[in-house]
Amino acid sequence: MIPAAFEYQRAGSLDAAIRLLGEWGDEAKLVAGGHSLLPLMKLRLASPSLLIDIGRLTDLAYVRDAGQSVAVGALTRHHDLHLSELLRREAPLLAHVAGEIGDPQVRHRGTIGGSLAHGDPASDLPAACLALGASFTLIGPEGERSVPATEFFLGFLETALAPDEVLAEIVVPKAAGAGWSFQKFNRRAQDWAIVGVAAVRNGSTGVALVNMGPAPLRASAVESALAAGASIEEAATHASDGLDPPSDLNASPEYRRHLAEVLVRRALQEADGRSQ
Amino acid sequence: MQISLSVNGQPRQHDVEPRLLLVHYLRETLGLTGTNIGCDTTSCGACTVHLNGESVKSCTVLAVQADGTEVTTIEGLANGDELHPMQEAFRENHGLQCGYCTPGMVMAAVSLLRETPDPTEDQVRMGLEGNLCRCTGYHNIVKAVLAAAKSPSGVA
Repeated sequence: MIPAAFEYQRAGSLDAAIRLLGEWGDEAKLVAGGHSLLPLMKLRLASPSLLIDIGRLTDLAYVRDAGQSVAVGALTRHHDLHLSELLRREAPLLAHVAGEIGDPQVRHRGTIGGSLAHGDPASDLPAACLALGASFTLIGPEGERSVPATEFFLGFLETALAPDEVLAEIVVPKAAGAGWSFQKFNRRAQDWAIVGVAAVRNGSTGVALVNMGPAPLRASAVESALAAGASIEEAATHASDGLDPPSDLNASPEYRRHLAEVLVRRALQEADGRSQ
Repeated sequence: MQISLSVNGQPRQHDVEPRLLLVHYLRETLGLTGTNIGCDTTSCGACTVHLNGESVKSCTVLAVQADGTEVTTIEGLANGDELHPMQEAFRENHGLQCGYCTPGMVMAAVSLLRETPDPTEDQVRMGLEGNLCRCTGYHNIVKAVLAAAKSPSGVA
């Protein structure tokens, strides 16, 4: 499979990338590792006229201590997230989830910024960022703004990014000592989650779901049940309240609802077991 | 677009279309047909090569993205007539049947041992999750990788 023809420019800086995005509008797509975009282009589900390669902006690949939070550069690859000692200590859920994505070859290429900007409801990293209460720094021609993960994912492959904005940094509140869990249910090792659950318990509880709707989302009904004093078993029964899970080759909506309840329960139990 | 890169230690320069995939560049432009195309959808791993020493699926990398990098394919592993220890281990343990997945398996396995030099059986199985074999059921492949990890000649 060969993608439709496109022009290719390598951006020498973030500013240059933003300028090109401004000139080309939604005819242009950013590419870094390309592991969300290139498969779509090969299937001709995406046919951008211009690819702006930001893959060499290595100053955007970092995991840094930022006081109360950990700052992660958008160009950081899944492989490097997984191995980051700082993340393993301060936000172990994120390091763990990064190691569950795809397979080693995919993790050698894919970046956190690319995965989040793609906004796929079946991806693992959006759920981790939602459960951790992360926020994203977007940079555009007017300057930068910070958008909480909860306001970033708007719909199927749709995010709060304007056509001329770049996701530059992911800010993850430190959660050392918090209980956490990631439950990924699939039938084959490298597959996407049929349903996945990320949970963080740190006084309050964040629970996010993979593949339970058109966008990555939080299980708000579970969170409010727990806040109101419900037991884990009781809270888990609210896993799919108000949600409209998709139907596909792997699962019917009913089966996904069942999985969501079981996996939320397991996630909360494992998180409790891990909290310090 | 003009690209220049090193493939199996040899400098290469070509003018390529931006949409040319690395695997097509290797197979068709350079004639290095040891790298196979299987699923063409980033799943099966038959097209695994090393980009700056790490395993990647070359069906999901553009040739222009490989500009300035060092690429190693299955043809670049052996030292003349002397097989790479991983190739030797696959032969010794019969880690293949039809052979189609083998170049990708071997490249993925070499990359795995660079990152995890003394893996457990579980780590080998998880480390090869990006490579599908439809013949052998993986048993001898895993055996081969474990044997290569113990091989005195070293793998990395």
